[in-house]
Amino acid sequence: MESFLEIFDIYLLEAVVNGILLGGLLALLALGLNLIFGVIDVTWICYAELVMIGMYGMYFLVQYYGISYFLAAPVAIALVAILGALLHFLVIAPLLSGPPINQLLATGGVLFVLQSFATVAFGIDFRNLGIRLPVLAFAEMHFSYARLLAFGAALIGMVVVYLFMTRTYTGTAIRAIAQDRQIMALMGVDTKKIYLITSAVGGALAGLAACLLVLQYDVHPFVGLSFGPITFLICVLGGLGNFVGGFVAAFVFAEIISLGGLFSDLEWGYVLAFVFFIIMMFVRPGGLLARRQ
Amino acid sequence: MLELKSVDAGYGSFQALFGINLDVKAGEAVGVIGPNGAGKTTLMRVISGLIRPTRGTIAMEGTDVVATPAHLIVGLGIAHVPENRRLFPRLTVQDNLKMGAFMPQARAKFADRLEFVFDLFPRMKERRNQMAGTMSGGEQQMCAIGRALMSDPKLLLLDEPSAGLAPVVVQQVFELVKRIRSGGLTVLIVEQNVQQVLKVVDRAYLLEAGTIRASGTAVEMRESDTVKQAYLGV
Repeated sequence: MESFLEIFDIYLLEAVVNGILLGGLLALLALGLNLIFGVIDVTWICYAELVMIGMYGMYFLVQYYGISYFLAAPVAIALVAILGALLHFLVIAPLLSGPPINQLLATGGVLFVLQSFATVAFGIDFRNLGIRLPVLAFAEMHFSYARLLAFGAALIGMVVVYLFMTRTYTGTAIRAIAQDRQIMALMGVDTKKIYLITSAVGGALAGLAACLLVLQYDVHPFVGLSFGPITFLICVLGGLGNFVGGFVAAFVFAEIISLGGLFSDLEWGYVLAFVFFIIMMFVRPGGLLARRQ
Repeated sequence: MLELKSVDAGYGSFQALFGINLDVKAGEAVGVIGPNGAGKTTLMRVISGLIRPTRGTIAMEGTDVVATPAHLIVGLGIAHVPENRRLFPRLTVQDNLKMGAFMPQARAKFADRLEFVFDLFPRMKERRNQMAGTMSGGEQQMCAIGRALMSDPKLLLLDEPSAGLAPVVVQQVFELVKRIRSGGLTVLIVEQNVQQVLKVVDRAYLLEAGTIRASGTAVEMRESDTVKQAYLGV
């Protein structure tokens, strides 16, 4: 009985740590979506598809052109950043003064365009980088280096965005524009330019997420479906546009998935997480940390 | 310094200003008085580019303001303290001031300007890390004026700086306008508090129903029967 408890505790601890590692990655995904929503007031339904394109970018750079992973990553991040800026310039900006539902439908349209494009251009095969990182064994627990790397890089990415948002004029303007967009011209701020920069930053975060996800998952045209909805739910759970709420919600979700998976299949972890989400929508419809008005 | 000629402006099909002629000379303080809905705020907004005139010209030191993109007008030396202050409530006082110095020319002078504003409003220095939205109305007005001063303007547009403030604080705000003036800054101020504003300005315009009904020196305006009856309650 005693030895059983010991083993159980090890598994529990392993699941908790793996939950934290997953939480970092989900928090990174949620931050990008929250940034766009909080600042531009638009939900990029196609956010996960930008990540998918970034994953394909990594696949081709590494497997096809033979560039090393760490050189390919900045290129892929820049590529998705440009894609984010293009999405804003071509789709969102012309619709900004229209009803919000049109913006939502338009980004939904982009989702299908990107999926179809990937299917036609890259086929439906599952592809991977062919990089298999070792597993770290520590005190009878096992953690994959891919997850540890993803967690560390996600944290660094979020710290860089935090410093950018708090220390620079442009970052301060991004926070200000979310609070009062009409008077930005009085500050000498060109709102169109700030929106474009924000979209590029959102894209860059999707690009970073792509670089990290491609280490753990195969890429295929519909890979966005496996983390797009959960990213969206995390943002809603944290209160759309609330950065801190999104961060907290990502870790809550990740722990539910990880611990739920411990007692049965991993899929049950997801079921529990979605049930938790639905209950929370009744209990705290404004989000875990509802923003004070 | 600032010259408006036959300016018409409005919102959609609603016209708020009709053929406004107005000028402000360097170093002057000029008031615009008039009842609610006369178009005073619209006048300020049309000068700073928040809305664009449908007719007429606006020139700042010879530069065509109408042809200047709205976000570059502050670069001509026009700083606008909008009605109801419009601070960024969930930014700190210091970040609000930082936004006032967003223009590249102003960023270079940020440290000097911040010192200048903190000298003028020691209270802002104490509260630099506080969220602007959590301060009292009077403090928020100081912060809003400080934010406008961060751009090192030549002309300060003040829209109803005394609105919604307690009488004691109103007094402080007008004292402040006097101090800002004595530093050589040109001021155009819109106010409903006619009695007070005529004490701090050199000249004033009376705006009614979107047209200028009267203008003159502060003394002339105080003596004018129209102004006396309608606004000074004498």
